[in-house]
Amino acid sequence: MPELDIVPSTDGEVLLRAEGLVKHFPLKEGIFFKHQVGSVKAVDGVTLAVRRGETLGLVGETGCGKSTLARSIMRLYPLTAGRLIFDGADLSTLSRSRMRPYRRGMQMIFQDPYGSLNPRRRVGSIIGDPLAIHKMAKGAGRTKRVQELMEVVGLNPEHYNRFPAEFSGGQRQRIGVARALALHPKLIVCDEPVSALDVSIQAQIINLLDDLQAEFGLTYLFIAHDLSVVQHVSDRVAVMYLGKLVEVADVKDLYSTPRHPYTNALLSASVVADPDKARSRDRIILSGDVPSPINPPSGCRFHTRCPKAQALCSTEEPQLRSAAGDPASHQTACHFPVADGEKLASEKAAILHAVEGFLAEAPSVGAGSREASAT
Amino acid sequence: MSLSTVEVSTAAAPTEDAAAKGIQGRTPLQLVVARLRTDRVAIASIVMILLIVLLAICAPLIAHVTGHSPTEANVDTGTDANGQPLPPGSAGYLLGTDNLGRDILVRIAYGAQISLLVGVLATAIATVIGVVVGLFAGYYGGWLDSILARIMDVVLSFPYVLFAIVLVSVFGASLPLTILVIAFFSFAAIGRIVRGQALSQREKEYVEAAHSLGAGDIRIMFVDILPNLVAPVIVLATLLIPAAIIFEATLSFLGLGVEPPTPSWGNMLSDAEGVGFQAWWFYIFPMLFLLATTLSFNLLGDAVRDALDPRTERIFAARRKRKPV
Repeated sequence: MPELDIVPSTDGEVLLRAEGLVKHFPLKEGIFFKHQVGSVKAVDGVTLAVRRGETLGLVGETGCGKSTLARSIMRLYPLTAGRLIFDGADLSTLSRSRMRPYRRGMQMIFQDPYGSLNPRRRVGSIIGDPLAIHKMAKGAGRTKRVQELMEVVGLNPEHYNRFPAEFSGGQRQRIGVARALALHPKLIVCDEPVSALDVSIQAQIINLLDDLQAEFGLTYLFIAHDLSVVQHVSDRVAVMYLGKLVEVADVKDLYSTPRHPYTNALLSASVVADPDKARSRDRIILSGDVPSPINPPSGCRFHTRCPKAQALCSTEEPQLRSAAGDPASHQTACHFPVADGEKLASEKAAILHAVEGFLAEAPSVGAGSREASAT
Repeated sequence: MSLSTVEVSTAAAPTEDAAAKGIQGRTPLQLVVARLRTDRVAIASIVMILLIVLLAICAPLIAHVTGHSPTEANVDTGTDANGQPLPPGSAGYLLGTDNLGRDILVRIAYGAQISLLVGVLATAIATVIGVVVGLFAGYYGGWLDSILARIMDVVLSFPYVLFAIVLVSVFGASLPLTILVIAFFSFAAIGRIVRGQALSQREKEYVEAAHSLGAGDIRIMFVDILPNLVAPVIVLATLLIPAAIIFEATLSFLGLGVEPPTPSWGNMLSDAEGVGFQAWWFYIFPMLFLLATTLSFNLLGDAVRDALDPRTERIFAARRKRKPV
């Protein structure tokens, strides 16, 4: 795998760099003597860099390997291949005990505010856990520090002795944030931190994360499948499909001129709150399902569903590079990137138009539905 | 519930504003205690167990007051003119005497000491071993789990009386040996439950969170996973105590446990062998105490299990409803 410099060196210092990161989960068979029959290629060669102080959004649909990438970066799994460089140190092959000192610099916020907090332990001891593990504070000092952290994330420090079950979902996620902050990390990997929360609570947590970033100079790797959330929080966005990055760009560029057909499809599928606008938009509807990561397609992994696919796509794998006219920070892994103003339409979209046409021709049904939508 | 009102009033310390604090959350322990308090069977079992503990503690006092040793025959007063044992209610002998003229009440009190000591100590040892073995097997999995799980299966399917006979014939009967044998045959019951629970708990996201904080395996096992296993372990341990007491009585009855003349309920029953209906008090009283003790612990174990599992609230409700009005 050729080494790619995604970030121009003038663009600030790189805090975390993953080079050709691979994580395969072996599939084993056999009753007594297990032998490997294949592997789930959850992350299959991801190269990315996170700059100090920025928020890098990572989007992709369910099962594309976002969470596996996050956990690989946190070194919760041994890596299958690739290099992981954090703050100048190569973490890719460190053992669990050798890894421990580096964990001070990188922490994680988990998706599920219910599952990620031990139900049988008090909030004070959960938040104080990182301090205890890294022997940073003891006794009254730890209590004081934990209560400070609770105040920072907007929890009542008096609730120190409560159990997680006594808090709401949003409050629990604040507990998770406080735990991640306890060691003053440089990088926080946020694995869908708001997707399990109500929309109103989502905004609170996102604003909290924003404030904390400004206050402590944090760097975020922010994983989500909600494109509007990612647009709001990110400086740059990386799009993932079936274990690989397909497009990386500054947030403005990605949302205004998406180059990869998959990014186009993803953006066209995002929910728009205004029904009139939603109607006028062209939706790109992809045919088929995501292929199995056990046996991914050859060449470009998206070619089986891509409206622009050609013979080349199934034989040669495209590398991340800047398309003509794009800034160096905007990189796309596509042989035939989408040009400005180009419309991607698929057959299914045409069927939808046909349905609308049918509704328009049938006056009784059409009029009724139009009246209903007008009121 | 009466408990909650008590709590609110005690929580309102003079320095703190009770109204501002609002409703006090209840810890799992408080909830369990509150549920146990509504369960009359549990209360009765606890009272019974406390009475037996009191009897065991007061054994030297009883011996002192009556002036009867638990092991030595009372040659002058312990038998009637024909040298026969005294029935219950005889002067100075509430529960009568045995064929050597020893006071059965004093012997039962000392026997209670043995039974409770064996029951609690053997269960404690079995619980510690079972929790450690189960946690290691369930948490690490793989070959370690295969080995430890097979060992536990073997222990559970072992003919333990035969094993005890062999051990006693090699080392000679003694109280510590009895306790160790019982602990050895009990740990697997707890170990299997803990293993199964640990297997499911280690997949939880909070374990992953602990990993990401840099926690070591030992810390994850004993600080993170163990608190989630407390409920089943407590229930099982409570139910193991009566099993251990019966185990001890069985061994002593067979002459493999506590050595005579030290009294134990088991060897008292053994002494009563062959006396038939003539001296019924030889076996009735040790049997009654054995029954009362094991029954109380068993009922308490069931009550604790119900109290620890919030889902059984419905069972309680149904039980209350079913009662004839």
